[in-house]
Amino acid sequence: MAGGQERILRRRIKSVESTKKITRAMELIAATRVVKAQDRASSARPYSDEITSVIVDLLRAGAAKEHPLLRDNPDANTAAFVVITSDRGMCGGYNTNVLRLAERAIETARAEGREYSIIAVGKKALKHFRFRGLTVDAEFEGVTDQPVYDNARDIAATIRRRYETGQLASVDLAYTRFLSAGTQQAVLRRFLPLEVPEVTEADGPSADLEYEPSPTGILNEILPRYLESRLFSALLDASASEHASRQRAMKAATENAEELKTTLSRIMNRARQDSITTEIMEIVGGAEAMSADKGSAHELIPSHLEPAHAFPVHLDRTDHTPSIH
Amino acid sequence: MPLAVELVSPERTLFSGDATMVRARTVGGGDIAFLAGHAPFVGALAISTVEISLAEGGSEKAAVHGGFIEVSDDHVKILSDLAEMASTIDVERARKAQEKAQAAVQNGDDDEAIAALARASARLVTVEGFH
Repeated sequence: MAGGQERILRRRIKSVESTKKITRAMELIAATRVVKAQDRASSARPYSDEITSVIVDLLRAGAAKEHPLLRDNPDANTAAFVVITSDRGMCGGYNTNVLRLAERAIETARAEGREYSIIAVGKKALKHFRFRGLTVDAEFEGVTDQPVYDNARDIAATIRRRYETGQLASVDLAYTRFLSAGTQQAVLRRFLPLEVPEVTEADGPSADLEYEPSPTGILNEILPRYLESRLFSALLDASASEHASRQRAMKAATENAEELKTTLSRIMNRARQDSITTEIMEIVGGAEAMSADKGSAHELIPSHLEPAHAFPVHLDRTDHTPSIH
Repeated sequence: MPLAVELVSPERTLFSGDATMVRARTVGGGDIAFLAGHAPFVGALAISTVEISLAEGGSEKAAVHGGFIEVSDDHVKILSDLAEMASTIDVERARKAQEKAQAAVQNGDDDEAIAALARASARLVTVEGFH
C-alpha cells in the first residue's frame, strides 16, 4: 500500500515539474515581448508627436474645425466603447481589470438612458460581453499579441465610418496603460469627438507658413491619421501591459510549482521511508524469529510434541523461549 | 547648413540624417523641392516618391503612399502611414501588383484599384528612377 502511494506521488511530481517548465518558458517569452512592445511603442512615438505638432500648427494657422471627427453628434444617442483585452488568458488580472472598468462605464451610459455599442478587441472581451448578454457590434482578434499599424487602421476605420455618419455620440477607449514593468493601469479615455489642443493666437507666429493645399484641407487629411495613431499607441500600450501581466502571472505559477514540488517530494519521501521502515521491521522480525528458531535445538521440535504435552502431569514446562506467534 | 531630414512611419523612423535637398510631390500634383532656408511649409503628400539628396553625396529614395511633409527651421519631417525605402522594395512584387491593378482598373474603375495602381507605380518609380 505504501509503495503504491509513493508511485502516485512520483507521477504527480513529474507532472508538476513539466507544468513548471511550461510556465517558465511562457514567462521568458512574455519578458522578451514586453521589451519588444516597449521598443515599438517608443519607435512609434516620433510619428504621433509629429502629427500632434502639425495639427497644432494647422489650428494656429486658422484651419476650420469643421471636420466630422471634431464635431459633436447631438442627434446620436449611442456611446461606443472600444475595449482592448488579450486573446489568451494566463495573464493574472489583466483582462478582469479593464473589463470591469468598461462594464461600469457601459452601465453608467445605460443608466443615463443612452444606447451602448461595444467594439471588442481581443477574444476575452468578446467572450465576456457575450456571456453577459450584451451585444458586441464589432470584434477584432489576433491583434493585441503584436499589434501592427494595419490593425489600428482597420479598427479606426470601423469607428470613423460610424462616427462620421452621425451614429455615435461618443467613443471611449478602455485599455491598460503601461506605466512600468511592475505597474499597469486600466484606463478609460475619451476617443471621439477628438479633443484637439486649444490654441490661442498668442501661441506663436505661424501666419508665414505655406500650406499646400489649404490648412483646412490638410487638417481634414491628417485627422484620420491622428485617430489611427492614437489607437495604435493604445494598442501597443495594451500589448506591453498584457505581456508584463503574463510575465508576472507565469512567474508566480513557476514559483508555486516549485513550492508544490517541494511539498510533494517531502510527502513522497516520508511515504518511502515509512514503507522502508515497515519492510525493515518485517525483515528484522522475520530474521529474529528465524535466528531464535535455530538458536535452541529443542525449539525445532514443535511445542505440542514436547514431553510436557505428552506428559502434562509428570513434567514441568521449563522452556520459556518466546514464540513468534 | 544642411537640412535635418526625418522620414517617419507610424511604426518607426525610416530615415534620419542630413541632406542638401528634399524633393516631394504634394496632392496638387506638383513637385516641390526644399533647400536649406526654405520658408515654413506644410503639405499633404501624393502617392509618390520622395528623394533625399544626402549631405555626404548620393541620394535616398522612398515610396510614400500619402502622408505629410513639414518644413521649418531647416528641419524636414516627412510623415507617412505607409513608406518604404527604395532598398526594401520588392520590384517583382510591385510589378505584379501593378499589372493586377491595371487589369482591375480597366475592368471597372473602383477607388481601391486606382489606389493600388498608384502605390505599385510609386514603388517602381522609386526603384527604377523613371519619372
